[in-house]
This record gives sequence, structure tokens and C-alpha cells, in this order.
Amino acid sequence: MSAPVLRVRELVKEYGEGDARVRALRGVDLDVDQGDYVAVMGASGSGKSTLMNILGCLDVPTSGSYQIDGADVGLLDEHQLALLRNRRVGFVFQSFNLIPRMSALANVELPLVYGGVGQAERRSRALAALEQVGLSDRLHHEPNQLSGGQQQRVAVARALVTAPALLLADEPTGNLDTASTRDVLDILDRLSAAGRTIVVITHEDDVAAHAKRVIRLVDGAIVEDRRQAPVDGPPPRLAEAAR
Amino acid sequence: MNRLEILRFALRGLLANKMRSALTTLGILIGVAAVILLVAVGEGSSQSIQKNIQRLGANTLTISPSFTGGGGGRGGPAGGGQNTGPRTQARQLTLADAEALADKAAAPSVASVSPVVTAGSATATYEAASHGIGQLVGTYPSYFEAMNRQVARGTYFFNDDVLAARKVMVLGTTVAEELFGDLDPVGRQVSVSGVPFTVVGVLKESGSTGMQDADDVALAPLPAVQQSLTGFGSLGSIVVRATGASATATAQAEVTAILNQRHGVTGTAAADYRILNQATLQETVSAATGTFTVLLGAVAAISLLVGGIGITNIMLVTVTERTREIGIRKAIGAPRGAILGQFLMEATLLSLVGGLSGVLVAFAGTRFTIAGIEPVLVPSSVVLALGVSVGIGLFFGSYPANRAAKLRPIQALRHE
Ligand SMILES: Nc1ncnc2c1ncn2[C@@H]1O[C@H](COP(=O)(O)OP(=O)(O)OP(=O)(O)O)[C@@H](O)[C@H]1O
Ligand SMILES: [Mg+2]
Repeated sequence: MSAPVLRVRELVKEYGEGDARVRALRGVDLDVDQGDYVAVMGASGSGKSTLMNILGCLDVPTSGSYQIDGADVGLLDEHQLALLRNRRVGFVFQSFNLIPRMSALANVELPLVYGGVGQAERRSRALAALEQVGLSDRLHHEPNQLSGGQQQRVAVARALVTAPALLLADEPTGNLDTASTRDVLDILDRLSAAGRTIVVITHEDDVAAHAKRVIRLVDGAIVEDRRQAPVDGPPPRLAEAAR
Repeated sequence: MNRLEILRFALRGLLANKMRSALTTLGILIGVAAVILLVAVGEGSSQSIQKNIQRLGANTLTISPSFTGGGGGRGGPAGGGQNTGPRTQARQLTLADAEALADKAAAPSVASVSPVVTAGSATATYEAASHGIGQLVGTYPSYFEAMNRQVARGTYFFNDDVLAARKVMVLGTTVAEELFGDLDPVGRQVSVSGVPFTVVGVLKESGSTGMQDADDVALAPLPAVQQSLTGFGSLGSIVVRATGASATATAQAEVTAILNQRHGVTGTAAADYRILNQATLQETVSAATGTFTVLLGAVAAISLLVGGIGITNIMLVTVTERTREIGIRKAIGAPRGAILGQFLMEATLLSLVGGLSGVLVAFAGTRFTIAGIEPVLVPSSVVLALGVSVGIGLFFGSYPANRAAKLRPIQALRHE
């Protein structure tokens, strides 16, 4: 068995100083294997987003170690971190975080621009990613001209366009209605079936039911780790549909 | 990530807020244009003053009588030493003084001496036309060279004319036009206060020097003017030409020695004449106009500084307002250099576009006469204004950009 895509040991994150100090994570150990589809659940304030931001290299832990593909993230310099965020990790935010006044296409192309991909290839890959999320007819709309579900799908396309090994999504359906939620979950299912490693945060059991593995956080510690489907099989919902 | 992409991002950033970018550019434009234009106006005025002084001849000394108390509106810039104490004898300048100055042995640095009388209000008439000559000068032929006046048509008058007290006259262009219009005045007779003079020449035009029209003059032999208009009294002034520009100081010393002796001026007693030295006048005036130019430049530099503060302010606001966007860009893998580059490029573009259009405006502006002065572009002011505006943009743009680029992505994303 190859090294896990993600390996987290004794992860601690504290915010603030003195009396105002908050321990958001209190020693989290977690391994995520290649091709797994993990749902992270927990009450509000249990440290889900804190964990996810560290996994996405957007924040640094107070202590503990974190490896991606066997490489210790804590030892990387600023430039290597930028490369890692750009090439290896795709991040989908709860609040979309598209850049305003830039078309959907330009938003999706952006990671490729920073990755140094040439103009023509950039365009075709961005078009393919938008097609994958079913937005080929909204290429030139700016974020404020798109519905919440459409914006979230653009954000997913942006996370996918660099073909990252790891897709991280922080409540990707938290702001969406049932139809849009189903769209986004379908996309995640297909990506999982294609072998992508996915970690998704959610409050909803419906969403968690799509994952191969469910982790529950309480007060910054993992209290439950349940497997719903084998790592190397299809995600449970697709498996059901196939039956 | 190449330069072109950074440039594209910067342009997009600027265009996203057109009004703000335009106003910032305008601030820089005004600052740069003001610096260049005001310095050009200062330079233009100082050059025109210099030219006027040079036209009088750089190596001449003008000696004029000076009276106790300096009353009668005759006080001038070179009239130092005018004390109010009583003076035993104040003598006028005489022809004998002029002859004494022409003594080669006593005054070797003096090349020529021209005694001058001026008739105040002399009216010249030719047929039906009449004209009040601004300045009717009776003098010697050496005056032409000393005052740097040349004849455009006809001839000068000569020593013979002086000896014979011939009633001949050389006219300035203003007088010639007023009296004769398109006719050639040479050979015709004008009557000045009833006395007929024959016109022998017309001076080259020398242009008006502000208040005084240097072409509203007529020149005639000294005795002719004395005979018919002023009488054989004292001289109005004596114009002395030194042998060279470097000899003016020695010539002045020689002239002072001779006149002091002749007029009985000793020790601390104030002289009853004064000497106007063109060379020192020129130095004084150029120093004054230099100060004037520096002053104008300083005023303009302040406006450039204000424009620079405008850029700084805009960059601060822009970066703060877009901190979230910076967070997003970093989260999807923008390296720090790319973020920094984008904002620096924005600041540079703003200041460069503003600066260059300021230069254009200034170039256009210097083609016009401003307040009677033809501006003269000073290349170093262009370089300085442009350099300062771009420098300010880069320096003050880099501070907020650097601060934002250093943030961790999550800090930038959380920024409100
Ligand atoms: N920047 C911060 N400064 C101080 N405390 C913070 C900060 N971010 C999070 N916290 C605290 O850390 C704890 C965990 O926060 P986190 O955002 O990870 O919760 P969450 O599980 O994502 O909650 P939710 O489901 O509501 O999104 C909370 O108690 C929160 O108050
Ligand atoms: Mg959260």
C-alpha cells in the first residue's frame, strides 16, 4: 500500500492569547488514502473549518505535523507552498470566493495562469472543467450574474481545473437548495469514481451518505471514524445506482 | 506567470475602478505638468531679461549725475551712497568730464566715451504726421557701438557731423513708422520742435522690453541737439565702453578715480554721480530670476507631492479593499511575487500614465505665451518630474502591496 495522500499527527490549533484563548483542534490524528471520499461532520464550532484550512495549506497549525504525499508541509517555504496550493490541492469554499468582476471562464482559468500554463491550453482546460460542471452556457457571466448553485459549480470547476490529487470542500452545499445540492454532489460522486481523493465538510447526513468514510469531530477531537464503502470501490450512491 | 499576465491583471484592476484611477492619474498629471510649466516660465522670463540686458552691451558703464537725497524720482538700483547730509558742491556731468575720461593714459581700459543729452518731450513732424519721440538722444557716433544699436537702412552719423553740428538724425523703427508709414525716411526732413533734421538712417528693430519701447528713439549729433533743443548745459549721462567684458571692473575703477578727482570727492563724502555697470546688473538680475525660478519650482513640487500622496492613498485603499481578493488568489496558488507584481504594476501604470500625460500637457502649454513670457522647457525638470512621480508610485505602492502579499491566505480571506 502506498503512503497516504494526507497524514496528520497530533494536530493542535489555538486561536488568541491568554483568557481569550480557544483550542480549536486538540490533537487530531488522521490518514486519508488515495481515492478515499471522506465526509467530516460535527457541531458548529467543533473545528471542522480549522482542520480544513490547515489541510488546504491556507493556515498553519500551532503544533503537530502534516504531510501531503509524504512531504512535510511545515518544512516548505512560501514559494513551495504556493506551488502546492496551485498543483496538488483544489479548495472549494463554503462562500464560493470567486473573484468579482471576472467572468466564470476567467475565474476558472486563474489557477492555470498562476501555474504558468499557456493561453491556448488554459482556455481548453477551463472550458472542459466548466463543461464537467454543466456550465458551458454561462462562460462569460460574472459571479454577480450567477445563482448560488452556479457560483458554487464555478468554484468546483476552478478547484478541478488543475487536476489536483486532492479536492477539499468546506460545506460546498451549505448555501444551496436541494436541486443545486444534488448537482454538486453528483459532480463529487463522479470525481470520486474517477479516483480523485476528496474531503468534504458537511452538516447534513444526506451529504455524508455520499462519502465512503465519515469522521465526526467534537470540540476539536475525532470521536468517530466510520467506513461506509471500501476505498478502492465506487462511492456508495453510485454503487447503489449501478445495482 | 509572465510579465504580460501581470500587466493584464494590473490593467483589469485599474479598469475595475475607472473613476478612481482617472482621478489619481489627473492628480499626478497636474503635478508633473505644473512642475515642468512653471520651471519653463521661470526659465523663459530669466532668459528674456538676460537678453534685454545683453542687448544693451555687456561691457558698458553708464555714468549719471546723482543728487543729495536722491529725490526727483531719479533714485535707481545703483544709486548707493545717497546720504542725506549736506554736500558742499554737487557738480553736474560736463563735456569736459567726458573728455577727461577719454584720456588713454589715465583710463587705459576705456575704449570709447559717449556723452549723452536727452530731450524729454520732443515732437517730430513730417508733413501731416506728428509723433512725440519717446527719447531723443544727442550723442557721439561711438554710442551706437556701446549700446549695440545697428542701422538697418541708410547710415550712422559720423564724427564730421558732430564737429559740424549737422542736423542729421537716425530714427528708431517706431518713430520711422509713425512719421513715414511705408515711405523710406532716408533723405527726408523731419522737424523736431520746429528745427529741421535730415534723416540719414533707420535703426534695426530691437523689440520692446516690457514697459519701455526701445525703438521709440531718435539719435542725433550731440551739438546739434544741444543747439536746438537742450542748450549747452550739463550732460544727461556719459556712456563708457570698456575694452572688453573682463575689463569693466578696471574701467569702473579708472572712471571713479578720474571723476572723484575732478569733482573733488574725497574720503567718505558721497559721490555726486553714480555708475551703472551692465555686468554687475546682469549678475544681480540673473541671481534674482534664478531665485524666482527655484520658487516657482518649489510651489510646483508641492503639487507633485500632493499627487504622490494621492497615489499612496489610492494604493492603500485599493489593497485594503481587495485583501479578500488577494486571499482568494493566494488560496488558488498565486505566488507572492505575482501579487506584489500586480499591485506594483498598477501603481506604476497610474503614475507613469499620469506623468507622461503631464509631460504632454506641459509640452503643449509651453507653445503658448504665458503672461507675456515665452516659456523655455528645461529638460532636467521633465526628467525630474517624471522620475519623482514614478518613484513615488513605486515606493508608496510597494508598501501596502508588500503587506498584503505577506498575509497568510486565511488571514487575507477573513479580512473584512
Ligand atoms: N480566526 C479565529 N480567531 C479566533 N477563534 C477562531 C477563529 N476561527 C475559528 N475560531 C474558533 O475556533 C473554533 C472552531 O471554529 P471552526 O470555524 O473550525 O468551526 P466549524 O466546525 O467550522 O463551525 P461551523 O460548522 O459553524 O462552520 C470556534 O470555537 C471558533 O470560535
Ligand atoms: Mg466552518
